Amino acid sequence: MSHLQAGHYQYDEIDRRFLTERVEQFRRQVERRIAGELSEAEFRPIRLMNGLYLQLHAYMLRVAVPYGVLSSAQLRQLASIGRQYDRGYGHFTTRQNLQFNWIKLVDVPAILNDLAKVDMHAIQTSGNCIRNVTTDQFAGAAADEVVDPRVYAEIIRQWSTLHPEFTFLPRKFKIAITGATTDRAAIAIHDVGIRARALGQGAVGFDIFVGGGLGRSPFLAKSLRAELPQADLLAYLEAILRIYNQYGRRDNIYKARIKILVHEVGIDALREQIDAEFERIRGPKYRLDPEIVESIRAHFASPPFEDLPAKSPAFEAALARDAVFARWAEINTVAHRQAGYAAVTISLKPPGGIPGDATSDQMDAVADLAERFSFGELRVTHEQNLVLAHVRRDDLRALWQELGKHGLDTANAGLIGDIIACPGLDYCALASARSISLAQQISARFADPEQQHLIGELKIKMSGCINACGHHHVGHIGVLGVDKHGVETYQITVGGSAADDAVLGAVVGPAVGYDEVVAKIGRLVDAYLELRAPGERFVDTVARLGVKAFREKAYGTAA
Amino acid sequence: MARPADGLKVVSANRLDSGAVVWLAADDQWQHHIAVASVFEGATAEAALERAKASAATGVVVDPSLIDVTLENGAPRAVRPRERIRSLGPSVRADLGVQAGRRQ
Repeated sequence: MSHLQAGHYQYDEIDRRFLTERVEQFRRQVERRIAGELSEAEFRPIRLMNGLYLQLHAYMLRVAVPYGVLSSAQLRQLASIGRQYDRGYGHFTTRQNLQFNWIKLVDVPAILNDLAKVDMHAIQTSGNCIRNVTTDQFAGAAADEVVDPRVYAEIIRQWSTLHPEFTFLPRKFKIAITGATTDRAAIAIHDVGIRARALGQGAVGFDIFVGGGLGRSPFLAKSLRAELPQADLLAYLEAILRIYNQYGRRDNIYKARIKILVHEVGIDALREQIDAEFERIRGPKYRLDPEIVESIRAHFASPPFEDLPAKSPAFEAALARDAVFARWAEINTVAHRQAGYAAVTISLKPPGGIPGDATSDQMDAVADLAERFSFGELRVTHEQNLVLAHVRRDDLRALWQELGKHGLDTANAGLIGDIIACPGLDYCALASARSISLAQQISARFADPEQQHLIGELKIKMSGCINACGHHHVGHIGVLGVDKHGVETYQITVGGSAADDAVLGAVVGPAVGYDEVVAKIGRLVDAYLELRAPGERFVDTVARLGVKAFREKAYGTAA
Repeated sequence: MARPADGLKVVSANRLDSGAVVWLAADDQWQHHIAVASVFEGATAEAALERAKASAATGVVVDPSLIDVTLENGAPRAVRPRERIRSLGPSVRADLGVQAGRRQ
């Protein structure tokens, strides 16, 4: 199909026939529900299997973006759906997916049909199954990449999609994979985290981590297996899921994730069980043949890069004459493995904006820019931004100028304004407190580019309930909203990280009211600026001095 | 000014076909504005909820429940932030929801 580009897995006719049949099946199910032939109790699990939730104001449809990779045609289709069936926008999530917030049940079959036209769907974006596999947003581009994780993410996607044994797990199951020396996929906070490595002589192996997760009981993943051979990847994942399926708790939803099994049984005992199952099923049926891997790898072949010098005179000249552009280029681009190229983060966090929201017009604009500047593909990041992964340095200024026309040129990737925030009480039926409006106030307060630059890397992550969709436990500053006797109340943590130095943040002081959160964060930032040693990031200073130093500054007490 | 009104309830649900927030009003009709919702107390609230569940069983609405309210100028106003946002629309998008004159 014409919309599919290099660097993008292409569906075959079997995939497409399946999707068409699935849409028609759901169309009939919706008709039966509307006609009263299905009760809500019968219909609810069916709609959830198709990514359809009932939220505060309307139905919400969560569309799968496998490992965050989109073609420009797919993004245009999402823009079109947003315009036709929603309110002209969509929300990119921490699972690298997209949510529509104002969906009518009666429109969903037509929407799923539109998605299927561009090889997309909403299957397994809800329910107790294996969810969208997530990965490094710079996969296939990053200078520090050792193994392209998209290849294995796609293999895991194919293995896990409609896997009959794992459709009704004790609870949802999330897998993340990285193939770079820097972990940008937050593998430590996933049910299974995978680090793909080069083992020498062209061999690929995997370090497997298990039992990470946030929510009510946060845990970092523990090392389960090192240097798993490529051929055994699916057999080993199968063994993990089987043991989890067998022993994971089903009596208590809050204790059903694999992290609780790891915690209660212990990693060594669990490893014994998994290894035994692995040895039992290891064999031809589950062996990942090199030919299959290579056939998948072919879908992710490098785009036709030009042979360019490492230094771009046009880029260097633009840097010299335009300080605003130079700041954006410094903050929102990263080194590319191909000389003369850069990977670009398109911030969806303008000062005072709603983190992760993009209008249909902005989606169309980014789709156009992806075609013009980045081989027609783009990425969704778990930090709720977009990425054009392969931009010629010669083109960076032109791209930045175009982004500016659509309000997409904010230079804050990784800075204090680049806040992760869940939809919170403004949209989510599970939420206890607002999160978006606090993120808006914080990004507006720290809108000054000079001030953001001065503060440096500072990752604020906010959740509107204990389920932690906003990853607050691993925020450099984390904010958790709870309902305390009908009043929105916020617990602030510091020192968390989801990167290679993964650590859970610590509560810095007593919970505060909605109106106090922004001021408290301001005081924490002031404390950091006062206390930091040269070269230290916020999270480094917390690690060096401990929470107490920040508590004294922000709360005026050592208690 | 809101006056103390412990125990005052309205019945809310979502329309099955659209998901829109609705409120049980006069003649047990589902309306989009909380301001016109019927206010119940005690046993009458439970009875209203039962009628709403009957409505849900016929496929008009889903998930009916009782919502705590106070009265402001004679009109019900949700007590909890969650239900206030449900009754109006997202606090971060004044252009959307009932607050913007939409039905949803």
